[in-house]
Amino acid sequence: MAMSAQSPALQVSPSERAPRDCKPACLGLNLGFRDYEESLRIQDRIVTRRKCGLLPDCLLFVDYPPIITLGRGGKREHLLAGPQELRKRGVRVHPAGRGGDITYHGPGQLVVYPVLDLKAWHRDIHRYLRTLERCLVKMLLDFGIPSETLPGATGVWVEGRKIGAIGVRTSRWVTSHGLALNVNTDLRYFDLIVPCGLVGRGVTSMAAQLGRSLELSEVRSCFIRHFAREFGRSFRVADREEALIES
Amino acid sequence: MPSNVIMPQMGESIFEGTITRWLKRVGDRVERDEPLFEISTDKVDSEIPASASGILREILFQEGETVEINTVVAIIDDEGGAVQDTAGDGNAVVRQEPEQTPGRNQKPEIADSRRGLRASPLVRRMAREEGIDLREIEGTGLGGRITKRDILNYLSERERIAEVTRPLVQQAQEGLGAAASDQDEIVPMTAMRRSIAEHMIGSRRTSAHVTSIFEVDMTAVMKLKEENAGKFARREGFKLSLTPFFVKGVVDTLKDFPILNASMAGNDIVYKKDINLGVAVALDWGLIVPVIRRAQQKTLAGIAREVADLSHRARQKQLSPDEVQGGTFTLTNPGVFGSLIGTPIINQPQVAILCVGAVTKRAVVINDAIAIRSMAYLSLTFDHRLIDGAVADRFLSSLKDRLEGWSGAID
Repeated sequence: MAMSAQSPALQVSPSERAPRDCKPACLGLNLGFRDYEESLRIQDRIVTRRKCGLLPDCLLFVDYPPIITLGRGGKREHLLAGPQELRKRGVRVHPAGRGGDITYHGPGQLVVYPVLDLKAWHRDIHRYLRTLERCLVKMLLDFGIPSETLPGATGVWVEGRKIGAIGVRTSRWVTSHGLALNVNTDLRYFDLIVPCGLVGRGVTSMAAQLGRSLELSEVRSCFIRHFAREFGRSFRVADREEALIES
Repeated sequence: MPSNVIMPQMGESIFEGTITRWLKRVGDRVERDEPLFEISTDKVDSEIPASASGILREILFQEGETVEINTVVAIIDDEGGAVQDTAGDGNAVVRQEPEQTPGRNQKPEIADSRRGLRASPLVRRMAREEGIDLREIEGTGLGGRITKRDILNYLSERERIAEVTRPLVQQAQEGLGAAASDQDEIVPMTAMRRSIAEHMIGSRRTSAHVTSIFEVDMTAVMKLKEENAGKFARREGFKLSLTPFFVKGVVDTLKDFPILNASMAGNDIVYKKDINLGVAVALDWGLIVPVIRRAQQKTLAGIAREVADLSHRARQKQLSPDEVQGGTFTLTNPGVFGSLIGTPIINQPQVAILCVGAVTKRAVVINDAIAIRSMAYLSLTFDHRLIDGAVADRFLSSLKDRLEGWSGAID
């Protein structure tokens, strides 16, 4: 018995994919603090494995040092700071193979990369975006923060200021990249850019809205709850994350 | 027969897509399922695979153009595919696709010939990402083609081998050894415990931990502390402890070794302007590291006050989150529990942590005579990616000199 429990978690058997409550499983992987390239490397491997059915749907969580990422649709002029200023503040700029414009990532942010096979989920990327937004809105409400979504401006907003950014990539209906929610983010870093290329709109964070910092892990758990509900997934934490991603 | 590549519908309410990038050029050979172009809709970028194998004959819409769904955007022609494939040294490769009955005995030859190695782009990509040499895999597909199944089998085999050699400790950590019996009590971890656990293993994975240990004669500091104990307690209202001396000593030494007060950001080194010294405080329910900000501007007494205040409030659960963030170096003092030498884990994203062992009276040899001195072991764990051993040891040596030669008033 013990031996079978130790058999490679890599190969996901059909029974694992459909647990007792018959909801497809979603595996949570916390990558912890990573630099950007490294996290993308891991994400790529997971995406490839997802495509082959080696892994079920996954939710990746990652913490970043201060960085600016530029989506495919990103315009360089939305980067306001010069190289000197960036260096002074210890911020690096990375191109990112996702949709969306420019954004900032850094400590205190909840960054989530869902790797889902949308072939088994409506085959609809707009529906996917809207569902991600709904997860964030419901989660924020749990913390007493009313937020909204705006047509034509993907993301989640509080009083006209952006709190959650979304940028997604799909390949054969398998999603990657995802969302970044400002929890305790130092919002001054956003002065370096025009977030998501939206001129004249500010940013905010949960901490700024509530006037206190929050435990990131608490926000993460809350997000997972809503994600599981909205996407109809049963969630389990990867017990073998190292074996999965760094073997 | 030519086959049309169309703009796919990416969702019910999506009626068009913008072509952002062609991954192949006209004339290129494409394999079915190989990424052919990229489109963008709203905030989603999608990679679209080729619907057929062959030569990309025509691209009808250029990058940047927005096209309605189901519009033909390119044409793939499968004729002449074989001709392209055999270009090069003139040795025509045996084409396996038309073959109806794969000759089993042909397989090894094909697997051995680099040129004849047959695998789909997905399989090749997996092999690349997993660092697998495809020649190691025997293909079981048509004509020795390496299939997805083959690579999965190979991977799980490799995984099984790795599994056998994985240390038991690690398995236990990963929760596999946690098959609890009926008598065992299972208690969920608190948020703090989980966060500590994540941080510890995350740090181990991030930094190249190395620890160096020095022995320091604390007699001068102990003497000064005892002489001033009464006066200090009367003036400040709390007892003077040893920690402020270590904090002050570390802060002053860090000024000469900015690399230990730094962090890594990608390929850059970030030298921190301020020395924000974290001091680990053990709690009944865990551990917290409040931070003394801009410690380089503070006096010994100022540091003593702050250490007393922060550790008191830590135990009362009254620290605000910004008081435990932004540290640039950490000091931990398990000596108060009697530990002689510790090898702590770095508090990310910092690059070093100093551990202070118990100060005890020991017989030591000074000028060939045995003397009784108050001694302590200081151990420094540093990130060897950024800090060389010699630098770490110079830091420790400088700190040792500072502590051993301590003099002056406490104010």
